[in-house]
Amino acid sequence: MPRWGMVIDLDKCTGCGACIIACNSENNIGLSDPQLFREGRSIRWMDILTIEEGEYPDVKKKIMPRPCFHCDKPPCTKVCPVRATYKGDGGLVGQIYPRCIGCRYCTTACPYTVRYFDWYVPYWPSEMMATLNPDVSVRPKGVVEKCSFCHHRWQKAKELARSENRDMREDDYVPACVESCPGKAMYFGDLDNPQHRVTVLSKSRRASRLLEDLGTEPKVYYLLKGE
Amino acid sequence: MADEKVKTIGEDPDDILLEPIFKTGRGFYITVGILLAIVAWAGIAYMSQLIWGLGVTNLNRPVYWGMYITNFVFFIGISHAGTLISAILRIAKAEWRRAITRSAEIITVMVLFIGAANPFVDMGRPDRLLNPIIYGRFQSPLLWDMVSITTYLTASTVYLYIPMIPDIALIRDRSEGKIRKLVYSILALGWEGTPLQWKVLERLIAIMAIVVIPVAVSVHTVVSYVFAMTVQPMWHSTVFGPYFVAGAIFSGIAALIIAMAVLRKAFNLENYIRRVHFENMSLLLLVMTLLWFYFTFCEYITTFYGAEPVHMAVFWEKFSGRFSPYFWVMCITCFVIPFTILCNKKTRTITGIVIASVSVTIGMWLERFCIIVPTLANPRLPYDRGNYFPSWVEFSEMAGCFAGFILLYVLFTKFFPVISIWEIKEGRKKSVQEVSERVESYLPGLKNEPERAD
Repeated sequence: MPRWGMVIDLDKCTGCGACIIACNSENNIGLSDPQLFREGRSIRWMDILTIEEGEYPDVKKKIMPRPCFHCDKPPCTKVCPVRATYKGDGGLVGQIYPRCIGCRYCTTACPYTVRYFDWYVPYWPSEMMATLNPDVSVRPKGVVEKCSFCHHRWQKAKELARSENRDMREDDYVPACVESCPGKAMYFGDLDNPQHRVTVLSKSRRASRLLEDLGTEPKVYYLLKGE
Repeated sequence: MADEKVKTIGEDPDDILLEPIFKTGRGFYITVGILLAIVAWAGIAYMSQLIWGLGVTNLNRPVYWGMYITNFVFFIGISHAGTLISAILRIAKAEWRRAITRSAEIITVMVLFIGAANPFVDMGRPDRLLNPIIYGRFQSPLLWDMVSITTYLTASTVYLYIPMIPDIALIRDRSEGKIRKLVYSILALGWEGTPLQWKVLERLIAIMAIVVIPVAVSVHTVVSYVFAMTVQPMWHSTVFGPYFVAGAIFSGIAALIIAMAVLRKAFNLENYIRRVHFENMSLLLLVMTLLWFYFTFCEYITTFYGAEPVHMAVFWEKFSGRFSPYFWVMCITCFVIPFTILCNKKTRTITGIVIASVSVTIGMWLERFCIIVPTLANPRLPYDRGNYFPSWVEFSEMAGCFAGFILLYVLFTKFFPVISIWEIKEGRKKSVQEVSERVESYLPGLKNEPERAD
């Protein structure tokens, strides 16, 4: 069984936001508006965190794409009362929308605040309804949702390989954000495969993970600033 | 008592305790009407939440929990008054308990329903209410909560019901209506007051008094575990268990004092609930005030000295940041006001004690709020910062909770005596003799008994 992981090269990331757009349309994420954004209720499975450092004229802006980290020891799945969130095949942390009771315990337990709640029924203009991705279920109101590493793409890749009577090639499965990155700053693959670029990069000296001291073992690595 | 003959109302000095059951005044209808209106309003507010979703609250990301969970912790805390205090007083054989144990136990049972309802109001999918039973996983602290609260509710209901049986039988004997007689007959479980029945009753009360104390302590510990089991800043604390229990008893005593004052006024019970009851309870409240200060001090000094940045972010938010008004009002209402009033003999009047209790109740609500919201508003990663102030829907639900609790209490007083009649009668007959026997049994020099080497 693979152990899917991601490497994001912060030196290559331009902060263009293509990953956010790709994720939103791939995963049927409801449209946000300024009102929702101000209320802190817009949903972005993939987000770009920004932090400004220093004072004018010495200002530095750090940017950082942030999906769900699909921790190997996820604090969110531990607290779920109904196993609506769980660590499944490939080390992916999944979410079962039809089972979730909306208690939001997982959202408060996640130290990375990557989990989102559907405060309302998601909204799209009628023109957009026809373009929803049929592979991803539309969430009802009142459940928790989060980045799935485009789990449905893995399913499709497996089925395609089966229909062609071959083994699945590793690069058959790539999440939408990684696929769409114009700067090729993101890599995705099996962290248990020593040959894969993701594994090599995750062991580089520049590699680091967020809040590593918590012991959650996130499977998203950041390559920090190079020499 | 066993040899009690059937009497008509007015002959017995304790009939004043049965009066609210047999006579319904205008005050009762007005109170119930107002309370029902508030509860109905909360119901309408909840309907809007059902229709539009939890968006009608002001919860957001990252403040996923707000007023509903605050209310949950607060009301479960209030429930600690009753059963726990009544059980401790029974075990300690404190004679003055007789007039107040029943009113304390009612608080526990009624407020538990309100407290336990709050997580359901908070649920995004109330239609999946049964999922925790169908798919429940016991690794989740929420399941521990469900189990411990259900246990507590069962135990405290039994503990309220058993000592009520002789009183129910008394009402049965005095009732005239057919249905009324039937209902009370069923509830009285065939109580005739035989010596064997008395023996069983007393044995059961003694057992339940022991059982409910550890159950009560464990319940609020488990409530604190919901927070302490996560790694969030200032939640992941080992002192949370005892801190929550102490706070629960603290707010519970305050609620009991308020209830005593209200009952005394509403039902003219000045003869039963006297100054001594307020005096004794106020000393207990004073002790808890100091204990609360101790635990709060422990909690914050360890955070401050540890000085980890993520914890300090929450710490400064409470001390001087956006949540400082809540924090400092909490310090004043939980410590400064009750401590000043209760320390001073001049201000420790019944009015003063009630003011201190109201202040503690407000302060303890703020304490729960200060534990839950600032932590969520300041998560570990410095990118997501939230703010929170409840919406009208949340305020309506809170008003509904208070009104619902009072309503349940009022309805209870309509059907059952709020002071245990048989215990009062028994006290009159036996307690003086019992107490002097008890004193003789442990105080040397009263009787010419040879000293025993136990």
